[in-house]
Amino acid sequence: MPLVTIDDIPVEVPEGTTILEAARMIGGDIVPPAMCFHSKLKTSGGYCRTCIVKVEQGSAKDPRPIPKPVASCRTTVMDGMVVRNITSPENLEARAGVVELLLINHPLDCPVCDQAGECHLQDLGYEHGKEATRYEFARREFEPTDIGEHIKLHMNRCILCYRCVKVADQITDGRCHGVINRGEVAEISTYIEKAIDNDFSGNVIDVCPVGALTDKTFRFKSRVWFTKPVDAHRNCAKCCGKVRLWYQGEEVLRVTARKDQWGEVEDNTDGTTAWICNECRFDKKNTTDWTIEGPSKIDRHSVISANHYETSLRNIKADTLKMMGSVPHGVKVELGTGALDPNNLHK
Amino acid sequence: MLTNKSKQVVKREMTLMEKAYLPAIFSGMFITFKHIFMKKATVRYPEQTRPFAPVYRGQHVLKIDEAGAERCTACGLCAVACPAEAITMVAAERQKGEEHLYREEKYASIYEINMLRCIFCGLCEEACPKEAIFLTDRIVPSSFERDEFIYGKDKLVETIAHPVDVTKRQTPAVLEFKKDKKHKHNLTFLDKVTKTFSRH
Repeated sequence: MPLVTIDDIPVEVPEGTTILEAARMIGGDIVPPAMCFHSKLKTSGGYCRTCIVKVEQGSAKDPRPIPKPVASCRTTVMDGMVVRNITSPENLEARAGVVELLLINHPLDCPVCDQAGECHLQDLGYEHGKEATRYEFARREFEPTDIGEHIKLHMNRCILCYRCVKVADQITDGRCHGVINRGEVAEISTYIEKAIDNDFSGNVIDVCPVGALTDKTFRFKSRVWFTKPVDAHRNCAKCCGKVRLWYQGEEVLRVTARKDQWGEVEDNTDGTTAWICNECRFDKKNTTDWTIEGPSKIDRHSVISANHYETSLRNIKADTLKMMGSVPHGVKVELGTGALDPNNLHK
Repeated sequence: MLTNKSKQVVKREMTLMEKAYLPAIFSGMFITFKHIFMKKATVRYPEQTRPFAPVYRGQHVLKIDEAGAERCTACGLCAVACPAEAITMVAAERQKGEEHLYREEKYASIYEINMLRCIFCGLCEEACPKEAIFLTDRIVPSSFERDEFIYGKDKLVETIAHPVDVTKRQTPAVLEFKKDKKHKHNLTFLDKVTKTFSRH
């Protein structure tokens, strides 16, 4: 088995493992970030270049370094390879440059975007000190479009990672969307605005590393850090039925697949990937549809752990009064009336 | 005796002057009389108000832009930065034809601040990426009813007819201070939040 050293940590990995996967076997800070690579999607990776690493020694037989940064998701390890990621300042600088290039056409509309709080591009930008932009020219602009009944496409935010195209190719039958045009004008689109309507198309939302593909049933409902994730399952004829429910108060605002520490969809016990079907994702939004397993494990440094709100926002004024401990004399709000009721808006 | 604070009581005869009581009464009257001519400690509120410090943090305002559109985009950063959990909001999507009402694609259809919870720390103002919320030099009036302290958009959003001046809180020094979030003095709770976005 080849022995590879990543940031001075030696690890023995099976033949044919990529540098990125070897780093993930070690874990911790030395794992290169990945935007386009998704271990559950075949042939993904190699587009975004955020996972670049420096190879100081190609192998034990040929100790010459590789003269330029390599994409760790697509480079397999050799015996005796020496790789530097975070211990190489020039590698981090090169990656910061990649991040800046990814952000060139990005609208930086995080306050509006539903992905904010679980966005890999946001993490990447903050980790590399690139929260502001130096780009002064006009960005590409597209109108947000509907792809099918439940999915919203914001092409402005897309970084063309091709993950959603791989999902459509590999886990849905009959792909009807892809990347049209080339280079600067390339965009994700459906073939002549044809809607995506097959059972597993909703998974493109889960693999999208940015906020380009979002759930229309969750659109602007809440910010992710005000919702509580809970693992749950149901007997589903189409998929494994293992999901993560995002609660606000008693309400299920969103259903997603379960993601692991790398932001990728988890595996089932039998080794298959736990993709979920559209019925589970978009139509089952009652607690009674699900068997609750318990709260999802969230990194305590994650913004999702900053969750303050227990109660539903649908009747906030009434809830605030309840929280204050008493319903005083002269209250004009009836408890339980929805604040989303048009009569209560702007109240 | 646990402390040394006890004092021996001495019972002695009062002198003639003390028995007359008049000198003590007059000296007391003199002190009272003197205070008539001294500077008063109170002001005649509300006709008269005290000068406010330029950095006074009073009732919030939700700003509108030059065109009259609401700046707030319901991003929730003020609510997550709020240590007193006083802010709640519900977002809504801007419809076609509402561009003059709301600046961004998303806006707050409900925005409530519980003034009983609010500690007027100003972290919401600091967190706001859209320069939408500011604390002003206005005082939150008192009330007999608790629910009147939950301020909705009707009380918070300024109108074109009655703009609220926040230039005092936007001095060049403040703008410079807010400009670069990387500076150490700007590393607040919000930065911790934004830095640890995701990775759950």
